[in-house]
Amino acid sequence: MSEITPELVRHLAGLARILVSDEEVEQFTKQLSVIADSVAHVSKAIDADTPSTSHPIAMANVFREDVVEPSLSQAEALSGAPDSADGRFKVNAILDEE
Amino acid sequence: MAKAELMNYEQALEQFEVVIGLEVHVELNTNTKMFCGCKNEFGNEPNTNVCPICIALPGALPAVNKTAVESSIKIGLALGCEIAPTGRFARKNYFYPDLAKNFQTSQYDEPIAFEGALEVEVPSGAVHNVLIERAHMEEDAGKLTHIGGSTGRIQGAEYSLVDYNRAGVPLVEIVTKPIYGAGSEAPELAAAYVRSVREIVKGLGVSDARMERGNVRCDANVSLRKKGAEKLGTRTETKNVNSLRSIERAVRYEIQRQAHILANGGTIIQETRHWHEDKGATSAGRPKSDADDYRYFPEPDLVPVQPSRELIESLRATLPEKPADRRKRLAGEWGFSELEFRDVVNADLLDQLEETVAAGAKPQAARKWWMGELARIANESEEGAIPNITPAQVAELAKLIEDGKINDRLAREVLGYVLAGEGSPAEIVSARGLEVVSDDGALIAAIEAALATQPDVLDAIREGRMQAAGQVIGAVMKAMAGSADAARVRELLIEMANK
Ligand SMILES: [Zn+2]
Repeated sequence: MSEITPELVRHLAGLARILVSDEEVEQFTKQLSVIADSVAHVSKAIDADTPSTSHPIAMANVFREDVVEPSLSQAEALSGAPDSADGRFKVNAILDEE
Repeated sequence: MAKAELMNYEQALEQFEVVIGLEVHVELNTNTKMFCGCKNEFGNEPNTNVCPICIALPGALPAVNKTAVESSIKIGLALGCEIAPTGRFARKNYFYPDLAKNFQTSQYDEPIAFEGALEVEVPSGAVHNVLIERAHMEEDAGKLTHIGGSTGRIQGAEYSLVDYNRAGVPLVEIVTKPIYGAGSEAPELAAAYVRSVREIVKGLGVSDARMERGNVRCDANVSLRKKGAEKLGTRTETKNVNSLRSIERAVRYEIQRQAHILANGGTIIQETRHWHEDKGATSAGRPKSDADDYRYFPEPDLVPVQPSRELIESLRATLPEKPADRRKRLAGEWGFSELEFRDVVNADLLDQLEETVAAGAKPQAARKWWMGELARIANESEEGAIPNITPAQVAELAKLIEDGKINDRLAREVLGYVLAGEGSPAEIVSARGLEVVSDDGALIAAIEAALATQPDVLDAIREGRMQAAGQVIGAVMKAMAGSADAARVRELLIEMANK
């Protein structure tokens, strides 16, 4: 059985900055449990020698040459921002850092 | 910020064993960023080196910079690391607007380089073998400016402005294993280690390695444990230590602060702390918390990096001389005493001396200028910064003295004008007419005037009491406002005495 608890769901929601209601916590606990159980099921099918996979296609070493390409203009870069000042993105002060 | 109480340093060392750990971030000097083709350049207009990838517009896909990977491998090799046959990128999730993606692309359990070692010499001459845990690739974050509030810091700020030009610039983070046994030299070792890393990346040509620009940055972990205890103490991580001097001071401060707390029955809180160069103290940042649950997972948009043996060996073949070997070579070439040489290393002036000698100065003359007058000026300046003068200019100054064009006193005057931006030493000497007077007529006149008040000097010289000449030379110098060629005055005096 999965170890997804309502407390864990609240913790994850907090990390992801998502506000969840009590009903949602209950709903997500059940849903995440199904997902976690499914993953656990797959884990049973492999042994320690199976290499971990992060991609469905076995591909490696896809590189870009170190050549400058055009960037956006400052106006373009800021065009999607809710707010800006002095050519910069304006964001709320965040108080739990520094 | 309340200043913490500190234990006397020697006393702290008597009671506690110091364990340090260092994380050094090196910004690579590639042409472009880590995952996009934006320029990697310092000092441009804000948000002009940005694109959909580095400001995280929906659908943008990263692509790894090949040169950045090769530079990272070179750093790993130079640190004696193993290079991983497979390295993967991972997302480090956190919410802070210095990266627009809400995660930093980094490496987690599969760094490109691991298990290295670096021999580091501290000022006493002792050599420590610092073990390297790993070196991994990641991207730098954007720059935040906090607006409002009184101090420009985040406390009390009303809002922050973000420039993403630096976001996505390639970084290599080098992490040491815990370093034991440095004892009272732990602060010096921390600084010497960072200096060595900086020398290495500079020597490799993979970073501009300018600490004042943040090309090399250090976080210092410090913990104490009672002498003889098994268990490691709780550590603090001091951030924002961005000069060698600050690193040394910050580690020493943390040792004294933690010792005071522990000796008085207190406990150390695991937290990040910030170093304030002006106050010479650290202050508490945020404690380790839920926010540090970064939920790393493999970056699905990037495939693994699998450097071939051939690539690794071809990069290994390009590695320059190791810093320790370079020191041995220079010490031999320059013929300094052990102490003279170590002083140069500790003053962090090896590069300057080497370049000055390469520009034609004699090693001792180069040493005299950098370690003497220029060091004095640096010490008297507010930031303790090395004055704004090039090795070529110092070499030119030394050459002017050697050729007898100027004397030491005039050279110091010329140096002042060089630092004021008036041009090269030779230009200044001719523009200001600062050459020493070696015209015999003018010198003889001044000597005769001096002899008129000290008539016994010639007799003294004839009797072999050369120190008597000093009085006349001094008087001539004074009369000619310091511009007399002292060596020539001396010669003329001897000639006159022997006539
Ligand atoms: Zn970009």
